Amino acid sequence: MKVDTLIVGAGPAGLAAARGARSVGRKALVIDENWNGGGQIWRGQGRLVVGVAFEFERQVVDLRGLEYDRLILACGARELFLPFPGWTLPHVVGAGGLQALVKNGLDVRGKRIVIAGSGPLLLAVAANLTKAGAEVLLVAEQTSWTKLARFAAGLWRWPSKMAQGILLGNPRYRAGLWPVRADAGGVTMSDGRRWDCDYLACGFGLVPNLEVPRLAGCAVVDGFVEVDEWQRTSVDGVYAVGEITGIGGVEKAEAEGWAAGCGTKIQGDHARFVSRLAESFELRTGLRGLATPDTIVCRCEDVKLCKIVGFHDRRDAKLQTRCGMGACQGRICGPILEFLYGWEAERARPPILPTKVSDFVRKTRVTLD
Amino acid sequence: MIVNGVSVDVADGVSVAAALMQLKIIPRRALSGEARGPLCGMGVCFECRVTIDGQPHERGCMVRAREGMEVRSDEG
Repeated sequence: MKVDTLIVGAGPAGLAAARGARSVGRKALVIDENWNGGGQIWRGQGRLVVGVAFEFERQVVDLRGLEYDRLILACGARELFLPFPGWTLPHVVGAGGLQALVKNGLDVRGKRIVIAGSGPLLLAVAANLTKAGAEVLLVAEQTSWTKLARFAAGLWRWPSKMAQGILLGNPRYRAGLWPVRADAGGVTMSDGRRWDCDYLACGFGLVPNLEVPRLAGCAVVDGFVEVDEWQRTSVDGVYAVGEITGIGGVEKAEAEGWAAGCGTKIQGDHARFVSRLAESFELRTGLRGLATPDTIVCRCEDVKLCKIVGFHDRRDAKLQTRCGMGACQGRICGPILEFLYGWEAERARPPILPTKVSDFVRKTRVTLD
Repeated sequence: MIVNGVSVDVADGVSVAAALMQLKIIPRRALSGEARGPLCGMGVCFECRVTIDGQPHERGCMVRAREGMEVRSDEG
């Protein structure tokens, strides 16, 4: 069935795009691979749009076979994980990852948790885990107090972001601190102190989910989908909104989604907050040295750091070591290799998720003869 | 939900990954044999993959636990 506006992703950007499309009388369909709407940030709390069709638990493995006049990509972001000794132990979880698991039923009452990494998300996670009954022992931010103070002092420009300022007052919050080694029962931090904990929740900022935009052939510049002020990408009829055009949070995502949905220009200046976030929480280069030769970089294929030396790019390393060739298709180790060596991702090819051959053939209307 | 042949009670709306984590069941063993647990919680990392109703490599975090659902981990 052909739809006028096909929206990929039901987070803040996708939902705003749906509202925009609806407001100008366009027929829209929103697809999302989760079982409910709201994206990672609202997770089931997002308000769906009346008069717009939603299909949940629907993954995009290929764009062939989908029919639309306009395609709005609102694929969101994931956490960046960095390798350090012990990061593959089962009690080491993503920061947003642990929060997502708690929202989906994990009971953390009484659990001792160390949160570490970078970005405002850490404090939001700390607040939510505390509310869920966990004991948050420490929130370690890798950036310096100086950068953090500058970030906090500039927040008045964005009154809606003041809640982030309040969270900065968390007494367990420490800047200039990061994990160096996890062991079965805890974690040792960069100041040498070891903490016993049930979970170490780590996230070193967010990286955009570029698999679908790359599949669509959209130009990616400096790590994000390139768009004009109408949110148009380099591909005719394909728009990009939200975190995939720059990590900037809900307000930016909604403004971009609305603009693409209605077919108007973006309202407001969001670029300044995007660059302020990026500067304030820029990862210190020293974090590149956390992984030892024996540390696993590619978790799917168990490829250790010592195996990934002497290669020119990601493809070269992949062909020789299987790094990035596993089930996640390099979604976790790809951004790591980019941080460690500056290796960018290659073009995406379908299927972009592990798929049964029969499903792939059916969905993409390919014949096998 | 039936995990590795044992029936367990899971509340409505809980993901398979969260349920296994609660039960301290390791979903997957790495190639090296090392135990792994969920990392991203949002369908990206595939560390929580298990066999659900005979279908291998399902991401536990993307599937809601249901009554009678058969889940098999690398432990089972």
